[in-house]
Amino acid sequence: MSNEKYTEDHEWLRENEDGTVSIGITDYAQEQLGDIVYVELPNTGASFDANSEMAVVESVKAAGDVKVPVSCEVIEVNSRLVDEPELVNSDPLGEGWFIKISVSNMSDLDELMDNSQYSEYVGNL
Amino acid sequence: MNNTKSQILLKTPLHSLHLELGARLVPFAGYEMPVQYSAGIRKEHEHTRKSASLFDISHMGQIKLYGNDIESVLEQLVPGEIKDLQEYRQRYTVFTNESGGILDDLMVTKLPDCFFLVVNAACKQADFDYLREKFSSKYDINWINAALIAVQGPLAPQVMAKLQPELAQMPFLSAIQTSIEGISCLIHRCGYTGEDGYEISVSNEEAQTLTKILLRDESLEPAGLGARDSLRLEAGLCLYGHDLDHTTTPVEADLNWIIARKYRLKPQIEASFPGAKTIMSQLDSGPNRIRRGFLPESRIPVREETLIINSEGRKIGIITSGGYGQSIGKPVCMGYIDTKYDDSDDYNVEIRNQKISLTKVALPFVNHRYYK
Repeated sequence: MSNEKYTEDHEWLRENEDGTVSIGITDYAQEQLGDIVYVELPNTGASFDANSEMAVVESVKAAGDVKVPVSCEVIEVNSRLVDEPELVNSDPLGEGWFIKISVSNMSDLDELMDNSQYSEYVGNL
Repeated sequence: MNNTKSQILLKTPLHSLHLELGARLVPFAGYEMPVQYSAGIRKEHEHTRKSASLFDISHMGQIKLYGNDIESVLEQLVPGEIKDLQEYRQRYTVFTNESGGILDDLMVTKLPDCFFLVVNAACKQADFDYLREKFSSKYDINWINAALIAVQGPLAPQVMAKLQPELAQMPFLSAIQTSIEGISCLIHRCGYTGEDGYEISVSNEEAQTLTKILLRDESLEPAGLGARDSLRLEAGLCLYGHDLDHTTTPVEADLNWIIARKYRLKPQIEASFPGAKTIMSQLDSGPNRIRRGFLPESRIPVREETLIINSEGRKIGIITSGGYGQSIGKPVCMGYIDTKYDDSDDYNVEIRNQKISLTKVALPFVNHRYYK
């Protein structure tokens, strides 16, 4: 079973074994954006407030913001996306992850949607 | 997003087929049009350059002008020559306003009994009204309520010739009235991708049948307006409402070649089309701004309306079309710069606080491969 959490802005978050949390965009989001040609990632060590913009994705059609739903610090970025932004299209929940963060308050994640809630949310869009 | 459908959007005769083919439909110029199919814009773009793609462009306006000596009246409205157009030959031109700005860009064909015009979807009603105002009541101006299907790409001639052999050898920018499996079509050899190709005008009733016949060919795949836009951008072709508008003259748009040779080469022939004074004087002494192509030194796509600045931060131009050039594997853009800075090599844009330098390059980004 997947243990991802989801935002209304179509980001996913997944807790890793080392306590960090990975973030990316959902399959629905990559599908809506279309072919992604550029991803702009934050620097390792950057810290963000909840709901602030942490990355930008540019598709053949448009640019979109990617937000972090919780306050956090960036532990690692997926530098493969610099040269292979198409990974976000081909494997959004796997190799297309954006960053790993350390979350200030893990209980903030509880307010996000789980898999079935998100599926229902997307189904109603 | 894509599922917000408005009832006022018009549908082309291929609408239900688009849905069957997995299209993502978006509002465009009052129509619900496919922006892409399931393959996606990048693959559709690539497929067009290496094989051939089918585009529904039925939203565009098709107009026929009937009457005696139409060419003389039409020639009064455009900077190009119309009177010398041979039967079944097609030409690119523009309608200009009194200040030399472009009201629309269009294709004109001389047919045996009329002139056939293809105009932009967003401008088509204004164009029709404009023509009705300029042509007296002894001329008939008729909408051609038909579908328009583009087949574009290096394999387009093979695809078409299998169905109608006479299409293989027809010259670029010519027309032919013919039939494909019994379906009557007006076919032009032309396009908006930089590739060889055809545009087929066919009745609304038979449009789906014809499209299905065409798509039987394995080398042909459907492509949407997204790929059409990235293809035309790489080919350095202008998009009305973006690279051209009522404030841009043909000289500023670097389209001097559309101005009739008789006006350019024989100063004693006075041009009297709308805005001729401005346009001919710009031709003589140079325009204040000029359309140019640029390659950004970054993977970040540079989009329309981004300002072009020099190293001192002075605004020297603006991007009017930008995106990802799939065939050259990097972003491409075009825009207008102040001609004072045309000899410089100091062009930059600022995107999200990053300064990106632009290299000015000759258009097109990807060479045209029209049939010769």
